[in-house]
Amino acid sequence: MSKVRVLVGTRKGAFILTSDGKRDNWDVSGPFFAGWEIYHMKGSPVNPERVYVSQTSSWFGQLFQASDDGGKTWYQPGVKPEDAGAPQWPPVKSNRFAYDASDETGKPLTTHQWYDGTQRSWEFKRVWHVEPSLADPNTVYAGVEDAAIFKSTDGGANWKEMPGLRGHGTGPQWQPGAGGMCLHTIILDPSNPDRMFIAISAAGAFRTDDGGKTWKPINKGLISQFIPDPNAEVGHCVHHVAMNPDRPNTLFMQKHWDVMRSDDAGDSWREISGNLPTDFGFVIDVNSNEPETVYVVPIKSDSEHFPLDGKLRVYRSKSGGNEWEELAKGLPEKDCYVNVLRDAMAVDRLDSCGVYFGTTGGQVYVSPDGGDNWKAIVHDLPAVLSVEVQTIA
Amino acid sequence: MSNSVHHVRVQIPYHLRNLARVEGEFLLAVEGPVTIKSVLDAVEQRYPMLCGTIREHDTLKRRAFLRFFACEEDLSHQSSDVELPEAVASGKEPFLIIGAIAGG
Repeated sequence: MSKVRVLVGTRKGAFILTSDGKRDNWDVSGPFFAGWEIYHMKGSPVNPERVYVSQTSSWFGQLFQASDDGGKTWYQPGVKPEDAGAPQWPPVKSNRFAYDASDETGKPLTTHQWYDGTQRSWEFKRVWHVEPSLADPNTVYAGVEDAAIFKSTDGGANWKEMPGLRGHGTGPQWQPGAGGMCLHTIILDPSNPDRMFIAISAAGAFRTDDGGKTWKPINKGLISQFIPDPNAEVGHCVHHVAMNPDRPNTLFMQKHWDVMRSDDAGDSWREISGNLPTDFGFVIDVNSNEPETVYVVPIKSDSEHFPLDGKLRVYRSKSGGNEWEELAKGLPEKDCYVNVLRDAMAVDRLDSCGVYFGTTGGQVYVSPDGGDNWKAIVHDLPAVLSVEVQTIA
Repeated sequence: MSNSVHHVRVQIPYHLRNLARVEGEFLLAVEGPVTIKSVLDAVEQRYPMLCGTIREHDTLKRRAFLRFFACEEDLSHQSSDVELPEAVASGKEPFLIIGAIAGG
């Protein structure tokens, strides 16, 4: 029987929630890396026992962890558990994210825009998102702040920037969103190994069709009133992008304001906010079995990051957007003032698609029936930063 | 200070002790002059999982939220090549690596 493993990153550690296909009874393990910020964790689709973790701290910087047994034990790539404590040189570099400034491949974009419009140099802060390869468990991508994408081909032991993204030339127009200038979304196209999508707050979405050598902005149709040219090529605060892997040319986007859709791999976008009570929000995801069924969690506004009227609601469209229905069964009816952050929603791949999301109040909710009914798996974790799900046969 | 081997006592913050899988203070053999750099080189060689957590890769710059103390002195802004007090080199006093601010 299939089971699911929910990987939860929080402000104070990582947690793993497991259940069988019924998704009714849950085991909770953790905290792992207690006290550290876990921005994201994700398992390899090739080898689900391989799980990668971004572990960060304002004091000690970035760390990178991996597991080869589904999260029972962990190691820093480059320091295997059996080596821990043993003299070893050269030093571990699994936490070294150095921007490429080489003459050969680096196109040193030395500045980006700061909040006040002045230019600043790129400075690495943390890894926001890890995306394991669809083909090789030792290949993994990392989306970082200040925005760039890195790649490792040795299980995270060494990282190299894919400099073509910052080399696009629009860097001086990229600017940080309220959470920093982060590359938070990486989507790999299962039908085309040379195609990837990424998104940056606040620069927008980009696509490569040559395995990451070159990138182009894919923001046509996005309108953002907070930038001088609302239709600009870059500068848009994209909060998250989602794809159903069975339909890789269709993308759904939750922008700062506006829910958007593209059916041409991002070449053009159209708004599908429709009857949503507010189209501000962070998360968006697509049902794994129904590529026209989309989920968002509307948040009141960019000034008030909590649900409308204190009622936590997921909204679902079964028609690919515009017509949305409120999903409330099992969710808080009143006095709920949490947020749901951009990487904190995920779907499993069981026959009845399970939908999951975590809140800044420490709840992780599951709906085992595509959104009709919800229940909290856990109530009192630290603030949830990310949620991913592994469906394990 | 001689170029012989010195046994230096080092204390690191809670989270780094967990990372290195050590409890409490530890003793390191430091060859040659005992400086911030030679102590941190020895720390990282003994505990490679700490590379990048106390000082940055490449630049070897102290991470902004960490401080270095010894003998009731703040040595955070001292050149990393200046010799540490004899009491540290002799093992009488520990070299302290601490978080700069509490909480979080």
